[in-house]
Amino acid sequence: MTATDPAKPAPLPLDPAIAPPGTRNFRDAGGIPADRWHADQNGETLVPTHCCFCGVQCGMYLRVDNAGKVFGVEPRNHDINRMRLCPKGINAYQQVNHPDRLTSPLMRRSRYEEFKEASWDEALDFTVSEIRRIQAAHGNDAFGLLGGASLYSEKTYLVGKFGRVALKTRHVDYNGRLCMVSAAGANKLAFGIDRAANPFSDILLTDCLLIAGSNVGECFPVMTQYVWGARDRGATLIVIDPRETAIARTADVHVPVKPGTDSAFFNAVLHVIVEEGLTDEAYLAAHTTGWDEVKKTVQAYPPARSAEICGIPASQIVQVARMFAGADKAMAFHARGIEHHSQGVENCLSVINMCVATGNLGKPGAGYGTITGQGNGQGGREHGQKADLLPGGRSIMNEEHRRQICRIWGIDEADLPPAGTSMMEMVWQMQRQEIRGLIGICNNPFVSLPNYGAVKQGYDTLDFHAQFDFFLSETAANAHVVFPVTVWAEDEGVMANTEARVVKHNKAQEPPAGVRTDTWVMCELARRLGVGDKFDFAGSREVFEELRIASAGTVNDYYGITYERLEATGGIAWPCPSTEHPGTPRLFEDGRTYHPDGKIHMQVVEWHPPMDAYTEEFPLSLTTGRTVAHFLSGNQTRRLGALVEQTPRPWVEVHPSHGFRDGDPVRVVTRRGSEVFPALVTEAIRPDTVFIPYHWPVPTAANALTIDALDPRSKIPEYKVCAARIEAAERVDEVPAPPTAPGRQAYPETQVSRTDPLPPTSSQGRGTAERS
Amino acid sequence: MMGRTIFIDPGRCIGCQACVSACRECDSHRGKSMIHLDYTDPGQSVASLPTVCMHCEDPVAPCAEVCPADAILVTADGVVQQADTTRCIGCANCVNACPFGVPKIDLQAKLQMKCNLCYDRTAYGLAPMCATVCPTGALFYGTLEELQAERPGVQVADSFAFGDVVVSTGVAMVVPADKVQWPVPGGLPVVEVNGVDVR
Ligand code: SF4
Ligand code: SF4
Repeated sequence: MTATDPAKPAPLPLDPAIAPPGTRNFRDAGGIPADRWHADQNGETLVPTHCCFCGVQCGMYLRVDNAGKVFGVEPRNHDINRMRLCPKGINAYQQVNHPDRLTSPLMRRSRYEEFKEASWDEALDFTVSEIRRIQAAHGNDAFGLLGGASLYSEKTYLVGKFGRVALKTRHVDYNGRLCMVSAAGANKLAFGIDRAANPFSDILLTDCLLIAGSNVGECFPVMTQYVWGARDRGATLIVIDPRETAIARTADVHVPVKPGTDSAFFNAVLHVIVEEGLTDEAYLAAHTTGWDEVKKTVQAYPPARSAEICGIPASQIVQVARMFAGADKAMAFHARGIEHHSQGVENCLSVINMCVATGNLGKPGAGYGTITGQGNGQGGREHGQKADLLPGGRSIMNEEHRRQICRIWGIDEADLPPAGTSMMEMVWQMQRQEIRGLIGICNNPFVSLPNYGAVKQGYDTLDFHAQFDFFLSETAANAHVVFPVTVWAEDEGVMANTEARVVKHNKAQEPPAGVRTDTWVMCELARRLGVGDKFDFAGSREVFEELRIASAGTVNDYYGITYERLEATGGIAWPCPSTEHPGTPRLFEDGRTYHPDGKIHMQVVEWHPPMDAYTEEFPLSLTTGRTVAHFLSGNQTRRLGALVEQTPRPWVEVHPSHGFRDGDPVRVVTRRGSEVFPALVTEAIRPDTVFIPYHWPVPTAANALTIDALDPRSKIPEYKVCAARIEAAERVDEVPAPPTAPGRQAYPETQVSRTDPLPPTSSQGRGTAERS
Repeated sequence: MMGRTIFIDPGRCIGCQACVSACRECDSHRGKSMIHLDYTDPGQSVASLPTVCMHCEDPVAPCAEVCPADAILVTADGVVQQADTTRCIGCANCVNACPFGVPKIDLQAKLQMKCNLCYDRTAYGLAPMCATVCPTGALFYGTLEELQAERPGVQVADSFAFGDVVVSTGVAMVVPADKVQWPVPGGLPVVEVNGVDVR
């Protein structure tokens, strides 16, 4: 674990012509901003860092006062976002010194007791004795570990190592399982590498942009500037989404497919591309395997058949095929809308087939990408907190890979556990008492997993449950021990964004007294479990040095990335095998993939219907998604006044044909349960589909209704489609306030409108006014 | 139209309210947002657009004209400042006079507040907070030439008719390229596009 060659900062190649609109040619990687604004009355300092929330990873400065406290934000001219921020980014700083922060460990010996503040020693010792007790009685695998993709990559590396080396359990997984593992699986199958192929700036160079299942405007707002920039340069825009989102509103073609029918649509598009002779046969012959089978399969998807499955006009399929295949350079982006399915991997493969068949790969302005949800959704799985992966994206099933990692970790090969199960499967194992103890690190499954009833039952069955968090999440409120850990601005570390660009976050203030870093807590637990020598890390920097070495020589190569280089360049895309290497912003430029034969392995995709069958009783599709003001389970954003005010509560979006008026209480019923939301009546959704944003806990949780069916390969839950019905109700369910530690008042500003049963005020004002 | 000013392009707005949040962070009225976000077609579409102070030039800002206390200062570079705290009597004349519905009044403090184009930032050559962060460029700060260099063919309007009265503004609005005379939200016909009278 030693630092090797001193890093020589190598600037990233950046084409100055490629700048998002409104940004001209300025560039500031991370040092002193050229255009710095001196609001110097307080002698404030600006600390360059990045937003903690989504996969765009916008650069920002945190304003720190002369007492060393974060008190504001200042836009930063970083390559990715060029000063732009969304409302989450602007308000993120408010959580750093928020009154709801946990500042002391909380502990109780059974769920019948109240939480009491405990000393760190007490909480750590109790946790260790419970781990020992459970593992002695039921075996090592009876203890599970669930990490999170909002953690820095150093910490996700440590989660994987802690699970396998300290807990010696096979059951390690993470909440990125709920995010983009379908895309990861598809990319691995087709290209042997798990990441998007192009940087954001390529969007500005494309002639045709296809966005499938991604509400870019609300989920990745800062990416919108690239989309609009492409439009300024004349690119056509195709949007596939059951709702007319802000992006769809201005698209050349908006295809409102029925949820769960995406691969039927893309197969039909490829059918038309083949029929009309628009394929790039030279490219296919030189670079692919499996094309003949794919071509044969799509013959069974003529536009008329798919149009019926997808509930759209067949002419749209032909139009999209001609537009995409006819463009000089075309790009396809997708997100959870097509990934959160029991055939999520297949959906992504059908998009890849379309890009490959038209030769749109490895060129500026041509390629594919998946848009990451969580800040470190990309980096969070690369270094071993996923059930089947070891650091460097190595497979835990591969003998050679196991040997390499055991050598680096200094453990016996026989001691390295085999692959575990996925996050949802672990919940089912908790229900069956196969898993009896659990540590959760920065995740909130009580809001984020589907089928809340099953999740609650699983967690309630646990003998022991500990959570790391900085606010008391709904899940932490159910635990035996809660460890108060740092927020992002109190530690340093790296994250990899949607482009696979690794960026460095910097520390802006000291944590409050009583708060420790996740790294410290894991190392301390490991020490008490008797493996302290393997966890001798003072902080993120030392963990990163080990991570670099552990990833060297793999596809996920971070070896050439150092903190110093990141600070000097503003981000480096992996693979980056040496400290002279500039990184790899665009993949496949030489036509080779990361499979040993260098080919693209095209995969046959057959459409099959969603797992939850439609019947007369449940005729509608329920789909879920995000709003611009909130982030995932809302544990952070539901506490920030401005964001609560912007979107105080969830709603159910319904088409006017159902006869409801805005604000009417509507009961949504699925096979898992029922809840009542205010109606948001709008023509911007399919008549056979209803939509609920998912950031709130029961009794206003979309995930009390969604189905826990999984994709057989990626094990991602099918959040984006289940069968439902709606009916008139008496009154809407009240939105609960987020839990707070005992003896504390909830931050009053966050209570704005919380239980207000008035009509919904969606972040985009859909249906807030009545029409005559 | 001023040299450097805000251009509003409703076609790009995604209704994210980053501008609203950013405005709260501005030092001149910290904690309060001076931006109105309007939804033009609720129930039908997600279309939205922000309203910031239009910094009227001709006739000189109606809000300043009607102010009995002379509390609203217009600077030499055309920025209509928010009410001077030592003068404002909270009478709300300005609220009634503004054709765009911009000024806000804090009745308890007897004080008017409005966008002053982030004078604390623009004076240092920085863009106003809202236009800096707007993730889509629906709010753009710069000159008309800079805007047109980035968005070829873009047309803007900076005069608006209210009955017989025409108000020319310092802030301009992007209008569809193929429709020069087009009712802007609120039903006002555009009378001038890129400085040319199109009536
Ligand atoms: S949430 Fe995403 S888009 Fe918004 S500021 Fe943060 S990184 Fe940027
Ligand atoms: S920040 Fe920009 S896109 Fe967002 S609401 Fe304001 S003007 Fe619209």
